[in-house]
Amino acid sequence: THLSFPLGHDPAPLVVQTRKPVRAAAAAAMRLIVPLQSVVQGRGGLIFGSLIPCALFYFLQLYLKRHRSPKPQSNPPSPTTSSPKLAEMTRTSSRSNLFSRSIGQVRISSRAISIAKPNESPYYIGLDKASEDPYDRLSNPDGVIQLGLSENRLCFDLIEKWMSENLGHSITGRDNGELNINGIATYQPFDGTMELKLAMAGFMSHIMGGAVTFEPSQMVLTAGATPAIETLCFCLADQGNAFLVPTPYYPGFDRDVKFRTGVELIPVHCRSTDNFALSITALDQAFNQTRKHGTKIRGILLSNPANPVGNLLSREMLYAILDFAREKNIHVISDEIFAGSMYGNEEFVSMAEVLDSEGFDKNRVHIVYGLSKDLSLPGFRVGVIYSFNENVLAAARKLTRFSSVSAPTQRLLVSMLSDARFIEEYIKTNKRRLQNMHALFVAGLKGLNIRCADSSAGLYCWADMSKLISSYSEKGELELWDKLLNVGKINVTPGSACHCIEPGWFRCCFTTLAEEDIPVVLERIRKAVENTTDLLNSS
Amino acid sequence: MLSSKASCNSHGQDSSYFLGWQLYENNPFHEVENPTGIIQMGLAENQLSFDLVESWLRKNPEVMELKKGGESVFRELALFQDYHGLPTFKNELVEYMAKMRGNKVKFDPNNLVLAAGATSANETLIFCLADPGEAILLPTPYYPGFDRDLKWRTGVEIVPVHCWSSNGFRITMFALEEAYERAQKLNLKVKGVLITNPSNPLGTTMTKEELDHLITFAMAKNIHVISDEVFSGTVFDSPGFISILEAAMDRNLENTDVWSRIHIVYSLSKDLGLPGFRVGMIYSNNKTVVGASTKMSSFGLVSSQTQYLLTNVLASKRFTSKYMKENQKRLKKRKEMLVSGLKKSGIECLKSNAGLFCWVDMRHLLSSNTLEAETKLWNQMVCDVGLNISPGSSFHCSEPGWFRVCFANMSRGTLQVAMRRIKDFVERSNFMGRIKMNYQQNMSSLSRKLLSNWVRKLSSPDPNEHER
Repeated sequence: THLSFPLGHDPAPLVVQTRKPVRAAAAAAMRLIVPLQSVVQGRGGLIFGSLIPCALFYFLQLYLKRHRSPKPQSNPPSPTTSSPKLAEMTRTSSRSNLFSRSIGQVRISSRAISIAKPNESPYYIGLDKASEDPYDRLSNPDGVIQLGLSENRLCFDLIEKWMSENLGHSITGRDNGELNINGIATYQPFDGTMELKLAMAGFMSHIMGGAVTFEPSQMVLTAGATPAIETLCFCLADQGNAFLVPTPYYPGFDRDVKFRTGVELIPVHCRSTDNFALSITALDQAFNQTRKHGTKIRGILLSNPANPVGNLLSREMLYAILDFAREKNIHVISDEIFAGSMYGNEEFVSMAEVLDSEGFDKNRVHIVYGLSKDLSLPGFRVGVIYSFNENVLAAARKLTRFSSVSAPTQRLLVSMLSDARFIEEYIKTNKRRLQNMHALFVAGLKGLNIRCADSSAGLYCWADMSKLISSYSEKGELELWDKLLNVGKINVTPGSACHCIEPGWFRCCFTTLAEEDIPVVLERIRKAVENTTDLLNSS
Repeated sequence: MLSSKASCNSHGQDSSYFLGWQLYENNPFHEVENPTGIIQMGLAENQLSFDLVESWLRKNPEVMELKKGGESVFRELALFQDYHGLPTFKNELVEYMAKMRGNKVKFDPNNLVLAAGATSANETLIFCLADPGEAILLPTPYYPGFDRDLKWRTGVEIVPVHCWSSNGFRITMFALEEAYERAQKLNLKVKGVLITNPSNPLGTTMTKEELDHLITFAMAKNIHVISDEVFSGTVFDSPGFISILEAAMDRNLENTDVWSRIHIVYSLSKDLGLPGFRVGMIYSNNKTVVGASTKMSSFGLVSSQTQYLLTNVLASKRFTSKYMKENQKRLKKRKEMLVSGLKKSGIECLKSNAGLFCWVDMRHLLSSNTLEAETKLWNQMVCDVGLNISPGSSFHCSEPGWFRVCFANMSRGTLQVAMRRIKDFVERSNFMGRIKMNYQQNMSSLSRKLLSNWVRKLSSPDPNEHER
């Protein structure tokens, strides 16, 4: 329906879609009234200027009332009564609809429209660019060096060796020499086989230094840590609720938590002055601030070891967080996916370990883990939800039908994780090589007068390049990122993509490199920032 | 402390469809170890052709070892988490899918999105096509899992399109219109209609006529059509399978609006018998849907190891042709065994040409034409007879007395045991029924006499009293 105006002057053309959200209609109405009033100031007089817009607005409201879709009957009672009933996402997409869409075009969900838009975050743009023109020391020495993807390639030789020695019969499960795939092809329990859960429990315990044992019956296996996070959000929060998350944080959380659940992320800013450590004061402030705006906080989302900073939460900090959670009656999700990627001398303490020892309420703590980082198998899609809360486990189990681990992969991993000797050797070697690369890389950056935050784990370092940016702002940071990517041909992740409140920080992953590549990387950084005086003043 | 989604019961897990499974789990039949246990006839799984896949794997050990030409491809696979999927895998899939449709439809691998099973594919598609509170039309009877997969996290409603045995449960224009109007009265905006073709639980392929009705309806109402074609590889008899895309192409709709509103869901769980592998896919000519669902597939990517394995299986054209033919032959034979076995007990099935099950007419075994009677009969079947078959009510069938009975998830011997049990049951109930009927007839004639005397006294006869 195209409304035309009796006054004849060229008003803003209005395309009113049927059954649009009220917000968009209000915006639409404004676009009607404002030009109308400006037109009328020239001709028609005050009466026309006030009467006609009012009349049109009245008719618009009538029209919308008749076509608004009310709450559906048979859904479970929706608990949030806060006014932004439609999640933040739908608001932006409907506004874009006013500009771009014409009548009769295919109508899909507002979720799809906002998700399908090409991602403008430098995190994703950089990843794409690097994958289009990947660096190879021999075959493509001018390609883009990928330092933006936290992948661990340091110990593939060990896994390859294991595979060539063991793979033939591990998947098919040879019984008496007869190939039998009957077990893996049929429907499996959606939350993973007990064999794999047992193997994972043993592996996780080993990785975390043996300080805690994991109970297989409290595990739910998912196709990667990504659906593990999303599933927990669906279980713990309703649309419109929020989680507190310390910044800087892994850019993927924005997708995992917000894409389809309608749950918000509220940043709790951490600063370089205390090495980006989390403070309870900041948590408290964020909690109260959010509550004032009418949004309910359902939990805290932590990554420990932290991504992108790489620091650990101390035992005292874990106690403090649990106290805070109890006081506010909220959940704690601890993403411990980098627990096995330690290079520092600090001791990693898992949430599970703390719960074991003290008398904390276990029902509010949920741990996420996966094999993408510690065992370098992101392609195989293996993630874990570990919880002490029976209700959460029951709900999560049902949801794993949408993201189960593939059967042949389960078989392969049971075999690999049960090989105690291999795992022992792998963990030791991995730590050693990580330590080595980390030391070399950080020293190299220091040589360029770029210091890194103190970190003990992860596959990356958190580098302070604030002295190299033209203006101390996000704009300056993105300019440097662009220069590094397009001139220096290296892809790093800018702090703004991680929601860091201080500009100039960059996450650089060093585990996709070989030792020989480090000087190449340093040289490229040097070249890219050639004109910056600080660099020239470096030793 | 939990979200409303986690604590509510609207995920359909309490339906009798699932309760029967639980009872089976507690007392599963085993030919040797537990011959009096419950036989699982409620699981639509294809176990008839495993040996073919097994023998292929035995002949190609390199594939299982993640090697290609002696070189390990493990490294690339281990790191491969691109949500666009392994290109070689998608190329093989589209060829396989085209072959299944007699090459009458060509698929573009760029329009194919992988998901961890059809369950995930269906949910993702609904996330893309409808907002919370909107509705999808579904012809009955339909797979009970839809109540969970399509509604639970998406917040979308299902409005059933009623189909009746009088015309073989075919979808009519009238039924579609009626459902649409019903949705409107409930103030639900209909975004699409989802069909399963071949049908679960009917086991029939859709006629050209039905597909045309759907397309016309979708054009008229400006809505989407989702065609869940997971059973397309299990068509073992004529008439053949017609995909919705083929029907649309026959009407030269390729460059029209509705072309970008037709979406197909497929998976390898039913025809290749590999549900544990979790391989499903969405096919759509709509670029936005492909884009959004590709990103959403991050929540359910297919393991790269599995993609690699299956790329090689599907690449062996000789194997896939042989498999398709042999699988269909075995399915047909097993279905005929079930149908003839039931016929001997006086039970008819809906004439079917696909699927891993039959839609069985047990209306004459009901004590009354009601849902309660169907539930009572189902209880008897599971607990007394020891067969976990699925009652029509769990499929939202509008008429009581229909049951879905699966035949492809057991050995021949087990199926024979099941047939024998049904025969015994029917004979017993016929015998009992005859006694009951006589008793009832006697009682009713006696009561009729008494009543008429009483009524005459009151001098206002009520003819309805005699109806029982």
